[in-house]
Amino acid sequence: MILLDRVTKKYNKNSQALERISLHVEPKEFVIIVGASGAGKSTILKLLTREEKPTTGKIIVGGLDYETLKDKEIPILRRKIGVVFQDFKLLPNKTVFENVAFALEIVGVGNKEIAHTVPRVLDIVGLKGKEKRMPRELSGGELQRVAIARAIVRQPRILIADEPTGNLDPKHAWDVIRVLEKINRYGTTVILTTHNQEIVNKLKRRVITIRDGRIASDKASGEYHS
Amino acid sequence: MKIRHRLIMFRRIVKAGLLNFIRNAWLGLAAIAVMVITLTIILFSIIANSTFTYTITQITDKIDISVYLKDDVTAKKRDQLIDDLKNLDSIREVNYVSKDEALEKYKEQNQGNLDLLLAISQTDNPLPASLQIKPQDPNNIEPIKQYLEQKDIQALQSDETSYSGDRKTAIDKITSATSFIGQAGAVSVLVFAFISMLIIFNTIQMAIFNRRSEITIMRLLGASTSYIRGPFIVESVIYGIVSGVISIFIVHTLFSISARAFGASSLGILDIEFANRYFADNFWKFLGLQLGVGILIGSISALIATRRYLKFKTSK
Repeated sequence: MILLDRVTKKYNKNSQALERISLHVEPKEFVIIVGASGAGKSTILKLLTREEKPTTGKIIVGGLDYETLKDKEIPILRRKIGVVFQDFKLLPNKTVFENVAFALEIVGVGNKEIAHTVPRVLDIVGLKGKEKRMPRELSGGELQRVAIARAIVRQPRILIADEPTGNLDPKHAWDVIRVLEKINRYGTTVILTTHNQEIVNKLKRRVITIRDGRIASDKASGEYHS
Repeated sequence: MKIRHRLIMFRRIVKAGLLNFIRNAWLGLAAIAVMVITLTIILFSIIANSTFTYTITQITDKIDISVYLKDDVTAKKRDQLIDDLKNLDSIREVNYVSKDEALEKYKEQNQGNLDLLLAISQTDNPLPASLQIKPQDPNNIEPIKQYLEQKDIQALQSDETSYSGDRKTAIDKITSATSFIGQAGAVSVLVFAFISMLIIFNTIQMAIFNRRSEITIMRLLGASTSYIRGPFIVESVIYGIVSGVISIFIVHTLFSISARAFGASSLGILDIEFANRYFADNFWKFLGLQLGVGILIGSISALIATRRYLKFKTSK
């Protein structure tokens, strides 16, 4: 499903973000990537969404080899991946409903289906009744949940969540994790990055620890102690 | 299914463009202002050019008519022709200029040119006798033309009828002046159109620059190039349409004001009445032109301005 083979990423000559990272994620797996900030977690995610290109090494996701990927195919790849960005990346001029609906609009889903699906997903993330709000009217936690709703509304085969609990109180953080687990049960591969030790240790999932751009450990039912 | 999909996408692009236009009205104002100025100037140049041309035709029409007679036309035939012409309602006056008189006139006109005088004195007077006709109504010489073009009358003529007479030089000067004005006008329109295209392009690019993060987000969510670019182009096309309508409204207003102020009078070489009528007669054509140019400039600018934000990272 997801394969990184000796991937190295250098942003410039002096700094090495990732060094010879190799990892393999099976379909329907739930993987947590942990590590201090600046360790290279976000770089991995950026490589997976083809926001960045690896300096060397091979990346294959869902059968697509990134090396031979044409520009035209990048949007098609990204539609298969749902991403919860650390900084949300919501469209500022669109309402909550429009932001979530946008993910469906760009792939050509009909209006009826959008009208049916979006409220259901907003309900799942606990944003019922806030459909018409603009992003600037929402709290950090609410913004995070809009981002999650947008990422899951297409029922992607892969879901990447970059610090999705960062802005949430423990109760809401767990709500979000439950949503991710539910999505995972339905068959979506989930890749989660987080700092939250409590969550990592309670989840008892595969944990990959990144330190200084390298994989420090990769355990099937891992724990995280910073 | 594919057509339905495309239709859905097209509708969404247009809708998004319309929404963007409404939500970014202030940013678009600058682009519209520049576009209005360009389109107004282009339209004015076209009308001014046509008016000059019209004025030239008017002057050409207002002049005397010369009918050149063959040398072998008998005095009887000639007098008959003069009588016939005088009987025409549309002719005010007919004057006969004999070959000798023509030669005298020619010598007078070319006093300084000794070579020419020498040459002509050595030949058997090559100048034809002619009839100088003054029309009753300078604006209506068509009946005279028709009469002179009859076969048996044509048979008497040595050269083609001249409708310019001795004002020819003056007319030639005006014509060359107007063609110069026309060319200069065309060049300045082109230069101005180019400069304002740069300004419009910059304005649209600025508007797009303000929303570059939006483009990036759409890109990350997997939106196709046309789906991201489409609304921007729709928005710029709306700028073009709005500018086209405003510019034609401005020109229309200016013409109706000037027509009221100057009445049917002419301002030098510019015939206001004609310009006004010409504008009114071609209103729809002009509206189409303004819209077309506006839409073209707008969409090309948006196309180029969005390019850089749509590129995928290629550096490793």
